[in-house]
Amino acid sequence: MNEKVKAIISKYNGDKGQLVSILQDIQTEYHYLPKEALIKVSETMAIPVSRVYDVATFFRAFSLEPRGKHLINVCLGTACHVRGAARILEEIERNLAIKRGETTKDRKLTLETVNCMGCCAVGPAVKIDGEYFGHMSTDKVDSVLTKFE
Amino acid sequence: MVTLNIDGRELKAEKGQTILQVARENGIDIPTLCHNEALEPYGACRLCIVEISKGKRTRIVTSCLYPVEAGLEVKTDSSRVISNRKMLLELLLARCSKNKVILKLASQMGIEQPSFKSEYLEDNDCIVCGLCVRACEQVVGVSAISLVNRGIAKEPASPFLEPAADCIGCGSCYYICPTGAIKMEDRKDSRIIYNWKVEFKLKKCKVCGNYWAPEKQLEYIKKKWNLPEDFFDTCPTCK
Amino acid sequence: MSANKNEMPKKFRSKQDLEALQKELINGRKSDKALIAVCNGTACHPYDCAHIIQAFKQEISQQGLENKTELRITGCHGLCEKGPIVVIRPGDIFYQQVKLEDVPEILRETVSKGNIIDRLLHADPTSGKKIVHRNEVPFYQKQKRNILGNNTEIDPIKIGDYIAIGGYTALAKALSEMTPEEIIEEIKRSGLRGRGGAGFPTGTKWESCRHAPGDIKYVIVNADEGDPGAYANEGLLSGNPHSVLEGLIIGAYAIGANQGYIYVRNEYPLALANITIALNQAQQLGLLGENILGSGFDFNVRITRGGGAFVCGESTALMASLEGKVGEPRAKYVHTVEKGLWDRPSNLNNVETWANVPVIINKGADWYRTLGTDGSKGTKIFSLVGKINNTGLVEVPMGITLKEIIYDIGGGIREGKKFKAVQTGGPSGGCLPERLLDLPVDFDELTKAGSMMGSGGMIVMDETTCMVDIAKYFLTFLEEESCGKCVPCREGIKRMRQILDDITDGKGSEEDIDLLERLSATLVDSSLCALGNTAPNPVITTIRYFRDEYEAHIKEKRCPAGVCKALIHYYIIEEKCPGCGLCVKACPQDAITFLGKKKPVALDESKCIKCGACYDVCKLGAVGRK
Repeated sequence: MNEKVKAIISKYNGDKGQLVSILQDIQTEYHYLPKEALIKVSETMAIPVSRVYDVATFFRAFSLEPRGKHLINVCLGTACHVRGAARILEEIERNLAIKRGETTKDRKLTLETVNCMGCCAVGPAVKIDGEYFGHMSTDKVDSVLTKFE
Repeated sequence: MVTLNIDGRELKAEKGQTILQVARENGIDIPTLCHNEALEPYGACRLCIVEISKGKRTRIVTSCLYPVEAGLEVKTDSSRVISNRKMLLELLLARCSKNKVILKLASQMGIEQPSFKSEYLEDNDCIVCGLCVRACEQVVGVSAISLVNRGIAKEPASPFLEPAADCIGCGSCYYICPTGAIKMEDRKDSRIIYNWKVEFKLKKCKVCGNYWAPEKQLEYIKKKWNLPEDFFDTCPTCK
Repeated sequence: MSANKNEMPKKFRSKQDLEALQKELINGRKSDKALIAVCNGTACHPYDCAHIIQAFKQEISQQGLENKTELRITGCHGLCEKGPIVVIRPGDIFYQQVKLEDVPEILRETVSKGNIIDRLLHADPTSGKKIVHRNEVPFYQKQKRNILGNNTEIDPIKIGDYIAIGGYTALAKALSEMTPEEIIEEIKRSGLRGRGGAGFPTGTKWESCRHAPGDIKYVIVNADEGDPGAYANEGLLSGNPHSVLEGLIIGAYAIGANQGYIYVRNEYPLALANITIALNQAQQLGLLGENILGSGFDFNVRITRGGGAFVCGESTALMASLEGKVGEPRAKYVHTVEKGLWDRPSNLNNVETWANVPVIINKGADWYRTLGTDGSKGTKIFSLVGKINNTGLVEVPMGITLKEIIYDIGGGIREGKKFKAVQTGGPSGGCLPERLLDLPVDFDELTKAGSMMGSGGMIVMDETTCMVDIAKYFLTFLEEESCGKCVPCREGIKRMRQILDDITDGKGSEEDIDLLERLSATLVDSSLCALGNTAPNPVITTIRYFRDEYEAHIKEKRCPAGVCKALIHYYIIEEKCPGCGLCVKACPQDAITFLGKKKPVALDESKCIKCGACYDVCKLGAVGRK
């Protein structure tokens, strides 16, 4: 892990201003921010661990817990909200028995929300990994989720 | 030198000073919670707000950060300032409904009960003023702790919520905290700071035998200032 | 550098090099080839446009049409509701809702023979008549697509396309014919105001930054479009990244900055990909880097992703994030044009603001001023969304009324429902009622009414939208997005949200509205940044214009729009129910039971959790909601 982290840091020339980008690349690599990686960043870039940790906990892009194999993003943007997105989220939470921000016990699915993906025309919208599902309704939830189990 | 008017008084100030500094120099009382002269002003508690006018425009600004300007008119206790301060205290009281410091401040402003439902009142001590974190960074230079999370979950914490590895046990956070939210205890030969989950061995004085400061803190100071190895073997009282 | 090949010509050493290439590319475009422009915008991705593009590529080859057609993969065309969109030239034939299976026929009939496929045409909503040509589609009639219009003319990841339509001539003009002061004067004269929401005069901002002491200055593109429901910046940045880049380089030259940053929202992968490609291409051609076009001006740009924080759309929080810190705003008593990124003079502008710059330099401030109102010149891009028929990205002249946007461009309210409110400015804006529909789109007019222009979201709401729920929605959003530094925002938004929770749960009391107003006043006055001091706007405007809804919730424990779960109930309309049992299957709580064949089902309210699954699944309208 140390080698990979060091490589990511040198990609950004160890520039302290690029801390958020560096953490994003680590997140993309490991699907979360492992504690060891963050400590390595702190050591290599001479940034106090507390300052790497506060950035890691501030931004929603980061997860300190391992994420599931598939990432579900339910759009809660205003346009989707007025078209009933809240009920879609509730139905998914019920179906998977987890709340937003959580991962299923079998580590297959993580449920997150996002505030506008730019798919307002097809709202309510849900994105799972790179695939979009538009015009969602509560009765479509089960069939959509089964595709990823 | 600039001249500005605070509460009807024409006062002289140096360029670069803040309204708060000038007010305090001249005995004008403005309440603060997140301010400390040893640290950079922060602007988090908003209690130090004042009403300023320059020409026709009037606005509310934090006096701890606003730089003095020639011809500025400042009111530290206009009705707009007071009503804002009262609501700020109500919000703090709702968060820290049993904290003595906040209760006292609120009572001084004439607030007995916050306007929010009692079932929503909380029992915190920390007001997230950031003084502990800022002192650790700016004065001590260790940055052992930071303000983590965002929004209502924001709080000072040690990295990964584990024992703060960089903490030297100096207790600056404990001493600077305005609401007593930091719990520190010196017990015989050890010091515990509960919030950061750390425990330190205290140094014993060669002369009087008292345990007086964490060994880790003394090592840090010795290293930082290049002091001799036995410099702290005697406590300050016995030196 | 043709549409089919990917080779890049040599670096431009002067304006003449650029002009020579432009001439060559324009000539290349003058062919007899038919043009097929397929929308690959983010909003068309859920419609599977990626596969349609693949299908076109394969079919063109299969039908042997390579030498007779040009396939152009473009950014957003605007009418997202009817995607996937395909436009064919000659004729500008507008096909909508194109399916995979339509592709061979489009090529065989329309491209090869000029025959129109009727079922793919847009139908006039009133007359039902089919419309063939794009400029006759009602959606486009009242728009002025000065900026977004170029999306259909280019493939965003081909700099050659951008140059062929005149791209970078404004930069060449600025660098070779104008001084920095003259550029700033032109921008000032144009009346361009920041398109990020606040509407500060752009020329004045540039001037302050230029005059600020310091040798090192920065220019920044704010592409952190965080308003939920707004994707106007996305459509522009992903559809025409070079337009933003060109504006940025001109601005950097005018201000005296040699380093620029583009801060892109993390949730916009397409925009991020396209601006990255555009940047690389510009560098290869010497439009970035040292001695741009032989002018002696050096300028470099770096792209950074946001981390998923709405507050980083605020300029000082964005700059903190660029410094590798948490996105906490700071007081702006000393402006960022004097002390910004790394405490150096920094000029930050929104994506759309930067894209307006090349247009102003090319066509002049006088031309620019012919559009718009006294106080607001030019055009504004909006993402027109919500309960509207023609959802999409629109670009309108300032001064057009909300009514014209919603009805003439937007095609009115979906499903024949009644208009209730239109929301602009995102969580910092307000909800305007029917009686204000004649309000012109203008910075100051919108602010006077209690809302604001914002960066581009325009959300239309109808009779089934609960305005108290909307106020609660925005506060819930802001509660999660607040950085948490200052007391009024961190604590105040939570308390306001709790009060709204109670009201929508049927636990509201008479004093609630007064308390909301008092809290609002404190947030407006004493918050550290614009997130906090505009947070009350949705609450204040909904109380101002929809007080009756609040009172119904509080006094009558009733939700007139039928939204707030605690105050509504679902029931079976027996006359319409044939007992098909779809709802029985859909109900997660087994609250609905069969009563026998062809008999209406029974709903047990005590078990009902108001999830609405039965309401959604019943196609016969046999489930009622009150």
